[in-house]
Amino acid sequence: MADRIPGRFDRRMRRRRLEGQIFHVLCLLSILVGLGMLAALLLNIFMEGWQRVNWSFLTSFPSRHPEAAGIRAALFGSIYVIAVAGTLAFSFGVAAAIYLEEYASRNWFARVIQINIANLAGVPSIVYGILGLEIFVRFLALGKSVLAGGFTLALLVLPIVIIASEEALRAVPSSIREGGYALGATRWQTIWRLVLPQAFPGILTGVILAVSRAIGETAPLIVMGALTFVPFTPDGPLSRFTVLPIQIFNWVSRPQEGFHEAAAAGIIVLLVVLLSMNALAVLLRNRFQRRMEG
Amino acid sequence: MTSPDTAYEELVSGPIPWVGRTRRWKRYLPERIIKAVLFFCSIVSIFTTVGIVSVLIFEAALFFQEVSIVEFLTNTKWTPLFASKNFGILPLVTGTILTSMGAMFVALPLGLMSAIYLSEYAPDTARQIVKPVLEILAGIPTVVYGYFALLFVTPILRSISDDISVFNGLSASIVMGIMILPMVSSLSEDAMRSVPRSLREGAYALGATRLEVSTRVVIPAALSGIVAAFILATSRAIGETMIVTIAAGQNPTFTFNPFVPIETMTAYIVQVSLGDTPTGTLEFKTIFAVGLSLFVITLSMNLLSQFIVRRFREVYE
Repeated sequence: MADRIPGRFDRRMRRRRLEGQIFHVLCLLSILVGLGMLAALLLNIFMEGWQRVNWSFLTSFPSRHPEAAGIRAALFGSIYVIAVAGTLAFSFGVAAAIYLEEYASRNWFARVIQINIANLAGVPSIVYGILGLEIFVRFLALGKSVLAGGFTLALLVLPIVIIASEEALRAVPSSIREGGYALGATRWQTIWRLVLPQAFPGILTGVILAVSRAIGETAPLIVMGALTFVPFTPDGPLSRFTVLPIQIFNWVSRPQEGFHEAAAAGIIVLLVVLLSMNALAVLLRNRFQRRMEG
Repeated sequence: MTSPDTAYEELVSGPIPWVGRTRRWKRYLPERIIKAVLFFCSIVSIFTTVGIVSVLIFEAALFFQEVSIVEFLTNTKWTPLFASKNFGILPLVTGTILTSMGAMFVALPLGLMSAIYLSEYAPDTARQIVKPVLEILAGIPTVVYGYFALLFVTPILRSISDDISVFNGLSASIVMGIMILPMVSSLSEDAMRSVPRSLREGAYALGATRLEVSTRVVIPAALSGIVAAFILATSRAIGETMIVTIAAGQNPTFTFNPFVPIETMTAYIVQVSLGDTPTGTLEFKTIFAVGLSLFVITLSMNLLSQFIVRRFREVYE
């Protein structure tokens, strides 16, 4: 090749190769931009907030003095609201998925429900806040309470749970069900004892992802009427409340530098919770998968 | 021929000689109750949609009794919380368009190129590490991105140019672009990976370089999926709330200037919710009119994206 006369083909080939290499580098760069932004975000927040994360930050109520402010009320509020939302989304979501995958015949009604769920997943979260305000806070007269907040978030993440559970159920081979029927089990016995245990890891992963989405939601709860300054922990399902992301939002929007540090510290707590939940989801999934294979 | 389903129904209801009547009841009554309960759970999602649509339409109708739709859609001033009230949604719409288009300017090239890299270039091990890490970006709460936009990106932008205000559309757009990047890249990558190998191999056999295979074979074949991903991501950006509330300002302006404070539809809803506007007043009802507009826009984009996937999908066997 080297001693050939460099003709038009070779010149063009060299150019095409060069273009290809440039393109390769550009593609790599754009991945690196994404990863770099992630690194910048995490580093920036860690540098700003790590010295504020300590026991008294976790156990103090918010305060007008940035250095004394803590996330106790927000932490409790988040736990209460997520307990309500998680329980509801899990039970309703899995039940709905079981009906759609195992019972419903493939008719127009099932199609309508499917399309509906896909579209609900794309509705902006703030619209769920409006729904929660009108239906739970006003119509059902729950007030701007933990219960109303939990219901709102449950509706918000319900499509995530349903879609993930449906996928998990679909992945269970039909031979398992046929085996159950062949042994004389009823449909529910087959689902409960044979299908669900197989689908459980997938369902669990979906639920954990849904809950971690709910933990980070701010806008719907603001619209629903959650408080931004709460010097008390919720004392029951009808108590008013705030959550961690709203507390962070409140601190970010204040001008004082000290509150920005508190916000960064709050974000660190939030991210630690979220990332460990995601890690848990991956871990659980791997463990169950291995057990099933073994 | 009886399908398994009808056979099952016959088993439940029909006469089975070898099982006593009471036993059958004990065995199949719970089955029916369970089925009914599960059915009820599955239509909760229908109730949700009906709830959203009826709440928005009902409350917005009350709003439009007092403000004409023409004024709402054509007036270029939005000042419902001021003494002299104007109810033109256009400033909020331009704010929303500005930030979401800005976000797509960031997310579209970066997301598409990342997807090409992951699907066509990256070795398997790199892909298995990079993909989950990139997906962390999608799991970060939006309020965190708001913090990042206001307190990290904005100061950098302001050190570059003095024309940029503390609250501006540019910073919010950039950060929102980063937020939706994983969505664009992972959906596009899924579309590209479902293009069969044989198509690529055919092109390589004809002497195409990797760039030519990517841009002339893989992308056209995966185009419907990629376009659908873009539309979904845009719709997500339009509905995004916290980043724009924190970083873009609360100043409805009829402008496409990315350097000045603006307000998006979502940010306005948050502003009213945080304020002390009494519920039931005309000022408060504006959030339902804005919410309805937001819902209609995002819903039509989602439907469009589903339509494109269904209608233009290339199926290979």
